[in-house]
Amino acid sequence: MTEEGGPGPPRVVLVDDHRMVRTGVRTELGDAVEVVGEAGDVDQAVIVITATRPDVVLLDVHLPGGGGAEVIHRIAPALPEVRFLALSVSDAAEDVITTIRAGARGYVTKSITGPELAEAVRRVAAGDAVFSPRLAGFVLDAFSSGAPAPASAEELDLLSPREREVMRLIARGYAYKEVAKELFISIKTVETHVSAVLRKLQLSNRHELSRWAADRGVL
Amino acid sequence: MTALPAPPAPARPPRPPLRRAVDGRWVAGVARGLALHLGVDPWVIRGAFVLAAFSGAGVIAYAAFWAVVPLDAEPSRSPTQPRGLRPVPYGAMERSAPPPDAGAGEDRRDLIGLLGLAAVSVGVLLLLRQAGLEVAGALVPFVVAATGVAVLWRLADDAQRHRVVEATAGLAHPAGEGAPRWAGWARLLLGVALLVVGAVVFFASRGGIGAATTAVLAVLVALAGLLVVAGPWLYRLVRELADERAERIRSQERADVAAHVHDSVLQTLALIQRRSDDPREVVRLARAEERALRQWLYQPAAERSDSISVALDRLAAEVEDDHGGALDVVCVGDALVDEPLEALLQAAREAMVNAAKYAAAKGPVSVYAEVEPGEVSVYIRDRGPGFEPAAIPPDRMGVRESIIGRVERAGGRAEVRTSPGEGCEVRLSMPRGEEAP
Repeated sequence: MTEEGGPGPPRVVLVDDHRMVRTGVRTELGDAVEVVGEAGDVDQAVIVITATRPDVVLLDVHLPGGGGAEVIHRIAPALPEVRFLALSVSDAAEDVITTIRAGARGYVTKSITGPELAEAVRRVAAGDAVFSPRLAGFVLDAFSSGAPAPASAEELDLLSPREREVMRLIARGYAYKEVAKELFISIKTVETHVSAVLRKLQLSNRHELSRWAADRGVL
Repeated sequence: MTALPAPPAPARPPRPPLRRAVDGRWVAGVARGLALHLGVDPWVIRGAFVLAAFSGAGVIAYAAFWAVVPLDAEPSRSPTQPRGLRPVPYGAMERSAPPPDAGAGEDRRDLIGLLGLAAVSVGVLLLLRQAGLEVAGALVPFVVAATGVAVLWRLADDAQRHRVVEATAGLAHPAGEGAPRWAGWARLLLGVALLVVGAVVFFASRGGIGAATTAVLAVLVALAGLLVVAGPWLYRLVRELADERAERIRSQERADVAAHVHDSVLQTLALIQRRSDDPREVVRLARAEERALRQWLYQPAAERSDSISVALDRLAAEVEDDHGGALDVVCVGDALVDEPLEALLQAAREAMVNAAKYAAAKGPVSVYAEVEPGEVSVYIRDRGPGFEPAAIPPDRMGVRESIIGRVERAGGRAEVRTSPGEGCEVRLSMPRGEEAP
């Protein structure tokens, strides 16, 4: 586990089947992170990650050989300390939900700027979750009070009012710092809320989530 | 052989190859096919066949033609028009070859066809008698049975032709062509029934009802045996057809995707290369193409065109096209647009325009809409330079009139939050009368 504020930039492996994308991401990240390996498909990714044991894997959702979720399924049991941040051009709900439920700590789209991406990597390396506005929108949609929760609605299947508030601000384009300022809470608290939402997103049995996941054969 | 002088007439348009006709035929299309080939009236040939039948030779000739000359795969258009692609290449025919004989005269022609078949059968029997076989006592059952055989044979012909047409034109949905299939089954049943009736009557007239029962059993056993032998082959045939069909659908889809990529992505890439000296234009082109492609890939087709989420996406696209910049729209929940919501959307559009104009350089503009049972809210947030709200000159109508005033007149609330260096967020909300959908 990387200690928060630990020494050196986070060590990162880039997994994407397009070499141009890997090169571009590497350039954008610059010195903010240390890129220790690259891979272009699932098998290669498993080999590279096992060999380099990075802090964070930047993972494309669509990959030859099974997709990003498959990489997580094969790595996570052996190396639970490796964290995954999904990076994709796809905005499709099932892609986002599938990858998050496989175990990714966040989801950002490729239109993200370099500094924002570096910040997201640092956050994931520190064990926090990273939500793009769109992912926050999905969460609000899936957990919305209008949609029926399962009969056995547990704490997992519902967002607390505070969590909903945080998600709403993220969906409006607020950075964590701005969310904290707006709600008069600390950044740490914002991170706690976001991590709690991530956990619900991964473990909830809400119909909308399980359906998306089941469509893709994960779960 | 009688009716076959066939001296090639000089200086005629290219002669259609010899094929048995599919449309306009009465029995097996031999006479009409010959007529088309020779360029004479079908009735001449038919008459010749009938005359020749009295000697038996006409029947033999007809049967020989039936057996040897292939069925035309394509309905003829006119007697003189050249036809005939030998083995019809896949995809060479028009996509929807109409089922032949589909006209109103179908029933009548089937009846006449049956009579024709019976006539041919009579001819065969006469021939047999000439050859010394005494079958006169059993003439009727033999005619019936022989007609049954002829019907079955013609059915096999048609099935084969159907196969060619199906494989070529892709009309193979079992449910999709009720009439031809139904007719095929009817003919099959008719043929088998005629055969069985013929056999029963024959044996009953010879050896009593016991022999008839035995004969029927024998026929049934033979049919079952045939099914066992031919079953696997039939099954494979059906499978092959299904595979072919699936392959055709796949290649059709590939062609569609290729066409789309060519018309959109490749064109835009070419444009971008030509405009590479204008970064703003390049971004605009790339963004517009990205939007179109996403729409094509991810948008569910059934979405209502008059819902808030669709309208917001469309407005954002227009603003991007007109003013550059990138607008990320996130929508939670959805509702149909009514009049107050239209005002809300127009105000949101103004806010988006401002954000795109003044703040797009500092990263994407976030547009967030949330539909709740009692209220619809839209937030437009940018990370631009921001401004001092009090410092807006009164003559700047943009924010005051077209955003705040518009929403408030429609019964909603509008608020602009900004300060220098902090970006800007426009918050709009509109109460809703009806319940959420």
